[in-house]
Amino acid sequence: MKAVAVKILESFLLILAVIVFNFVLVHLAPGDVVDALSSGGLGDAREEQNELIREQIGLDQPFHVQLFTYVGNVLTGDFGWSPIGNKPVLEMIAPRIFPTLLLALSALTFAVLIGVTIGSIAARHPTSFFSAGLTVFALIGFAMPVFWTGILLLLVFGVWLEWLPIAGMNDLRLANDAPFVERALDTVRHLILPTISLGVIFLASYARLSRASMLEVLQSDYIRTARAKGLSEGPVMIKHALRNAVIPIITILGMEFGVLLSGAILVETVFNWPGLGRLAFEAVLTRDTNVLLAILTMVSATVILANLFTDIVYRLVDPRIRIEGA
Amino acid sequence: MFMANKAAVFGAGLMIVILFVSYILPLFFSADKFAYAGKRHTAPFTDGGPLLGTDYLGRDVALIVMHGGSTTLEVAGFAALLIVTVGALIGALAGYYGGIIDRTLMKVTEFFQVLPGLLFALVVVALFGASTTTIVLAIGVISWPPIARQTRSEFLKQKNLEYVKAARSIGASNARIILLTILPNTLPVLIVQATLTMGAAILFEAGLAFLGLGDPDSLSWGYYVGLNRQYFLVNWWGVTFPGLMVFLTVLSLSLIGDGIQDAINPKLRGR
Repeated sequence: MKAVAVKILESFLLILAVIVFNFVLVHLAPGDVVDALSSGGLGDAREEQNELIREQIGLDQPFHVQLFTYVGNVLTGDFGWSPIGNKPVLEMIAPRIFPTLLLALSALTFAVLIGVTIGSIAARHPTSFFSAGLTVFALIGFAMPVFWTGILLLLVFGVWLEWLPIAGMNDLRLANDAPFVERALDTVRHLILPTISLGVIFLASYARLSRASMLEVLQSDYIRTARAKGLSEGPVMIKHALRNAVIPIITILGMEFGVLLSGAILVETVFNWPGLGRLAFEAVLTRDTNVLLAILTMVSATVILANLFTDIVYRLVDPRIRIEGA
Repeated sequence: MFMANKAAVFGAGLMIVILFVSYILPLFFSADKFAYAGKRHTAPFTDGGPLLGTDYLGRDVALIVMHGGSTTLEVAGFAALLIVTVGALIGALAGYYGGIIDRTLMKVTEFFQVLPGLLFALVVVALFGASTTTIVLAIGVISWPPIARQTRSEFLKQKNLEYVKAARSIGASNARIILLTILPNTLPVLIVQATLTMGAAILFEAGLAFLGLGDPDSLSWGYYVGLNRQYFLVNWWGVTFPGLMVFLTVLSLSLIGDGIQDAINPKLRGR
């Protein structure tokens, strides 16, 4: 229990560090918000006015005062104002969270389910052609740039075969008051290609990882015992072996959440998916720093919390750690 | 050992071809890559048209892809160098000294590991401008933690071995032991990591450039895919060929890295 409490405290400190780091980063950058908004400049008069605005929004305060104000604001959920969207940053971000979570979780589920299945089958037949093919597949999966995979999938399934929609999260022709089921099905159709593009990066490495750990587990004594008892292959694989073989995957899930969300920026841009990633891309184009920082903070916090979560799940799945760590 | 590995030899051959296309061929095809080369959206392999067709402005796709290689490779090369240097240094210090230094450095490593790479790089480039230096720094600052962890664990393994004790007993300084005694023995691991890091850095640069954060004058592969993206409905070759180059480069680096790994450590083969 104590170990968990320490982990929670550490995670909180880490989030705090991210917020402070963001603030320092903005301070190191040349120019400030006022310069960015009043580009062009009209001589001394303009400079005087800029000073006035700086005073109003607190940019004339000493560094540490600004830092404390900023950290306090962020911790209470105030990420400032977006001059581009002309509304609070939080209002720009809120509607984008669900689409990104949907995409990320869908890609993760796809990668884990298919990856573990492929890896387990390969481990059952380690010398087969299938098993050798997995290594090649893993190399290819790693080497394909995400955005390129996305565009190729669009070309094949969206443009040439016309099986799936090529952009967005819902069909524009779909009425707003369409029944829920119809809307949901439409979203699923739009979700397929982005899920595959994003999932493929992880699919390959999960398949390779689960094959390696499954190979190890299948050679252990308790599996031999289970087989000797006369259990059929199905239960041995699923109930006995798999449970231990997925542990390494759970460990890296939390760590890779950041990679997943980074990949989401590219995938969302390719597929015009209305999520946080595309908002980040738009914010880069318009130099909307507040929005970018808010997304960076939220995504980092999500990664930290995902790590914390996997750490706790890890303890539940593997009693050895629970006992040793206590 | 390395030559016996067919996949690795294939990877090395691929790399030679890529380097030839990116550095030697441009010497012979020095025409202006921005010049008009034929009707807009001319398909590849059409009679009288450029080999790989033209893009949305009628520029020669093959020429631009050929000239884009060096930009991609240089950014990724410098970034990989930075990543390996910083990672190895921090890992070495943490592993060698242990204690409070180790704990502090590992906390710093953990901090940089939770920052989402591409998003962080986007913020840095948006704040400090899209120069090559900024992009190299942005990729470097965020990507060193895995190398640091690897180096640290190597140092932990080696620091109590006989040869290190021997060096210490003849009065070698800590700096000398770290840099001249232990570090050379971690080089095999570092070389493999450097190869794989280079591949990751190429993907990273390509992603950033695809989003428009790159030098518009040098048109790296990722940048060019990003430019052609809007026209992919009528022009599949403009997005396909530069992306293919990124893919092949990363693939060849992975094959080379795996080959070196197998040559150094045959026990891990097939993993």
